[in-house]
Amino acid sequence: MQDFLFYLFSAITLGGALLVVTSRNAVNSAVFLIVTFLGMAALFVLLESYFLAVLQVLVYAGAVVVLFLFIIMLLDVKGGRRRRLGGMSAFAAAIAGLLLVSGVVTLFTGIGERMTPATATGVGAQLHSFGYALFTTHLLPMQVTGFLLLVAMIGVIVLSKRLTAPTAPRGAAPAAGENKGTSA
Amino acid sequence: MNATDILIRFGLGLIVIVVVMTVCMYSVLAERKVSSWIQGRLGPNRTSIPLLGNIPVIGRFLTRLGVFQPLADGGKFLFKEDVIPAHVNKVYFVLAPVIAFVPALVTISVVPFGAYIDAATGAARTVILANVDVGILLIFAVASLGVYAIILSGWASNSKYPFLGGVRASAQMISYELSMTLAVLPVFIWVNAPGTPGTLSLVRVVEAQADWWFVLTQPVAAVVFIIAIFAETNRLPFDMPESETDLVGGYHTEYSSFKFGFFFVGEYANMTVGACVIALLFFGGWHPLPFVTWGDIAAWTGLPVNVGALGAVLAVGTFAAKVLFFLFFFIWVRWTVPRFRYDQVMRIGWRGLLPVAIANLVIYAILIALLERAGA
Repeated sequence: MQDFLFYLFSAITLGGALLVVTSRNAVNSAVFLIVTFLGMAALFVLLESYFLAVLQVLVYAGAVVVLFLFIIMLLDVKGGRRRRLGGMSAFAAAIAGLLLVSGVVTLFTGIGERMTPATATGVGAQLHSFGYALFTTHLLPMQVTGFLLLVAMIGVIVLSKRLTAPTAPRGAAPAAGENKGTSA
Repeated sequence: MNATDILIRFGLGLIVIVVVMTVCMYSVLAERKVSSWIQGRLGPNRTSIPLLGNIPVIGRFLTRLGVFQPLADGGKFLFKEDVIPAHVNKVYFVLAPVIAFVPALVTISVVPFGAYIDAATGAARTVILANVDVGILLIFAVASLGVYAIILSGWASNSKYPFLGGVRASAQMISYELSMTLAVLPVFIWVNAPGTPGTLSLVRVVEAQADWWFVLTQPVAAVVFIIAIFAETNRLPFDMPESETDLVGGYHTEYSSFKFGFFFVGEYANMTVGACVIALLFFGGWHPLPFVTWGDIAAWTGLPVNVGALGAVLAVGTFAAKVLFFLFFFIWVRWTVPRFRYDQVMRIGWRGLLPVAIANLVIYAILIALLERAGA
């Protein structure tokens, strides 16, 4: 039963991810992204990491993709023309692909540290152990990630807010633009 | 888990769905009746069914009260022509009403309805479909998927007003979700005292309110949460996606018949879940009064009001009464407060509620830490 469910949800996740990148319509891509996240949440449930599963749905499927859709709809992104990859992009994509493959290969052949098989009660299973691990073992990575997000947020505000000279007449506050920046 | 077990679970789930649907149907009636009373009208008072409506005094009374009206409303939704306009994206157009409805029914499964003591074993039992440890997060997570119903219906309708409704909904829901989740954090900081295994279970929250209800100790959080719930369920004064005065019907302008009915009932189902969560988090769940639990009453009077079937019925009844009150509150506010403009909604969310919620969280985190130190 567990095996069957694993293959089912893996298929949903991978199929969804494939459709995200192949869909021509941006809204379709976003919807398949939701399906992918839901599939991943189901995989977390199979690992008995309920907390991570719920977070996956709450943050990614429930909030991030809503913002994607908001932007897609606001800018009225039309699907259609497919641009060919430029030389630079193809080179970058090749490097990224190689890194991914080498990462996966390293994990499974054990050149680095071998992955420990998922135990019945993982770190993400219990809220208490999850929080404890986050604030002790993984404190530095968490802080760095938070700082990165802060940098990204300030960057968005700087880029999206047009800096006007003090003498210019102050128009109505650009409420929508501001919100996009702060919530992303 | 054997076959009978699954069958029992299935039956219980069915019962909950039937109860929730009935509550939804009669919420619609309550909406119409309460609005008419507020506006000095009579409201629906003509619909009657043969037999029951012909009983001399009672039948007339029930007819005047509009008790049979939901049947007529339901029939109308079922038998009217179901139009799918030619210019819509059919897949999302059909999918959206379902998405509007499903999250409410999923979230209700982790809502605890009451608690009692088993007469035979003396163990505490909870009336709940699925007692999961991450209860409140699961509700937030699944409920946050409900916004796709509005966004997708607005987009799939492929016409201007629904589209505007969908765009508004996406921005509004995200804005108020932040305040909503931040408002409940102090409650769970309080519940999860150091040394206890951490939990987000709603049952534990209610147990922690045996003395002080959280609305008494954390009134600011309660107010922020209730306002955010209004915004999340798209109820007036926050019904930007629908907003009849400027968007015709908003996201469901192009919908008719049964599909519109799904949106309509889905709104009330979401309201019901919202009312349940408000009652559980801040208003003591199934405890009858602040400082008084059914256990206390049993101790004072010597009657077994917290044991067995009687205990379960009393606890669930108390909880149901609170939920019904909050459903009434939703309706009461809708017919009292005028709708905000869209920019006002955004300003209230980002410059009003969010700072208050963050300040509330910081202050209570410090306060609770100081209390812990004083206690230890």
